[in-house]
Amino acid sequence: MFEQQIINGLTLGSVYALIALGYTMVYGIIQLINFAHGEIYMIGAFTGVMMVTVLGQGFFGSIIGAMIVCIILGVLLERTAYRPLRKSTRLAALISAIGASIFLQNAMLLWKGPQPVGFPQVINDAIYHIGSIEITKIQLIILVTSAVLMALLNYIVKYVKIGKAMRAASQDYDTASLMGININSVISFTFALGSALAAAGGVLVGMYFNSVAPLMGVMAGLKAFCAAVLGGIGSIPGAMLGGIFLGVAETMGVAAGLSTYKDAIAFTLLIIVLLFKPTGLLGKPIQRKV
Amino acid sequence: MTGMSSFLESVLDPYYIQVLILLGIYIIAALGLNLITGVTGMFSFGHAAYFAVGAYGAAILTVKYGVPFSAALITGGVLAALAGVVIGFPALRLTGDYLGIVTLGFGEIIRVIFLNLKITGGAMGLAGIARDTSIAIVYILVLVTIYVMYTLQNSRFGRALVAIREDDIAAESMGINISAYKIKAFAIGCFFAGIAGGLYAHLLQYINPNDFGFAKSFEFLCFVVLGGLGSIPGVILGTAVLTLAPEFLRSLSDYRMLIYGALMMAMMIFRPNGLLGGVDLRRLIFKNKYEKQAGRGTAAGG
Repeated sequence: MFEQQIINGLTLGSVYALIALGYTMVYGIIQLINFAHGEIYMIGAFTGVMMVTVLGQGFFGSIIGAMIVCIILGVLLERTAYRPLRKSTRLAALISAIGASIFLQNAMLLWKGPQPVGFPQVINDAIYHIGSIEITKIQLIILVTSAVLMALLNYIVKYVKIGKAMRAASQDYDTASLMGININSVISFTFALGSALAAAGGVLVGMYFNSVAPLMGVMAGLKAFCAAVLGGIGSIPGAMLGGIFLGVAETMGVAAGLSTYKDAIAFTLLIIVLLFKPTGLLGKPIQRKV
Repeated sequence: MTGMSSFLESVLDPYYIQVLILLGIYIIAALGLNLITGVTGMFSFGHAAYFAVGAYGAAILTVKYGVPFSAALITGGVLAALAGVVIGFPALRLTGDYLGIVTLGFGEIIRVIFLNLKITGGAMGLAGIARDTSIAIVYILVLVTIYVMYTLQNSRFGRALVAIREDDIAAESMGINISAYKIKAFAIGCFFAGIAGGLYAHLLQYINPNDFGFAKSFEFLCFVVLGGLGSIPGVILGTAVLTLAPEFLRSLSDYRMLIYGALMMAMMIFRPNGLLGGVDLRRLIFKNKYEKQAGRGTAAGG
């Protein structure tokens, strides 16, 4: 039973981690809480559905299609809603992000209506048994896909030139631009990466719960943001750890009979962690200077 | 007071009265948040939670215990202030976005608790609240709030808060007890949110925990940021624009919220410091007087 809950928690947690990575990467470079990120995830899920129903694609087609659409959307969003505000106060950019989130949510509500849409079955519901643990095929696919994507992200950030530029920009924005790094393209690339991961998360969740709705990004986005802060915002391993931690804790909490308090579990954990480690589990301590 | 209310109610459409009362209530809550975020510079993304504490506190007192409206309203405000202090203490260690996310988390926790409590009616909400809120009461309280905020901001206390916002380490080294001031600012801001919440409950006569989610908190934050952080006329203007915009956009029916979102982005992009941010109204109105004084000053100096 316990092992079973761990598997369920890991599945949920790896999706939180995929979304949390987008928050943390954007925050790491421009210190913006991209509140429209949950909406990108929702639009990714809808694109996944349409890839299957309209274009007749399978699993890979739907996930890649969703990633492409969301990359374009994410980069456009940054250009229109955030770039003009880069030199303004952080709260101004935050309000713009909330505006973008309301806009995207309502655009999808107008187009698709408020009712949840089922995700067409592209993966059969086979169940594998490992000892006493049951794992469904879709859970296995979620775990493997997230692991592959995170490994890929790690490779890009560590070894590819643009990834190194991202890390430089997140350490010191101004110095990085003095060293000849094109900050605008680095930021666009960061949004593209984050949006692609969120799109994958959206498609995977859509398949897992067999439901896609215009408001699905609100709570998921908020919890993924919690995961990013829990792990230490700006830290990529932190977002992965935070997502997994939150997913497992939430599943355990529900299994322990706290299902009516489900949405409060993530926030309670977050507050407890921040009280003891004010910058999150893997966050760097903030230096205070006058 | 009742005479003025009945006069207005006979002249204006009941629907517009309702919108105007709501606007007044939001102004009170937004001015409270302005003290926390605008003046002191502490991010609070959970203002709707204190609004909810005030709403539920006052409504439960009048509905279940028969307490008079005025006493219930003040108790609701005090309860919200207490909630603010309880949340404020642990949150003092945190700064910036971390404080923001913790307040957001507390807001969601309070909403979930209200959803699960018996006395609040849980997910069914609390119904049967008397309609005690009138336009006269609300606007008198708006004036009181403006007066209190204005006095606070122009006092030693207010100047200390601004010093904390500008540079907390420098403020501390000047002998300002940061923690005490931050807690006080939080409590006062939450008190006004609680008062507004009590008025809201006694206006709509029915409240539900889901009315007080983080979407509401962000709405309050938008009022303050859009109007101009720290500026009292700015906050009032921002609240008016964002509360009345959906009403003016009502003819667009389905596209209303779509345009509302786009409007928020556009307003931030074109006025990043808020509609009245950086505009000193006093200087604008008394321009000549200031200039004359300045001219005299240089003449005397030369």
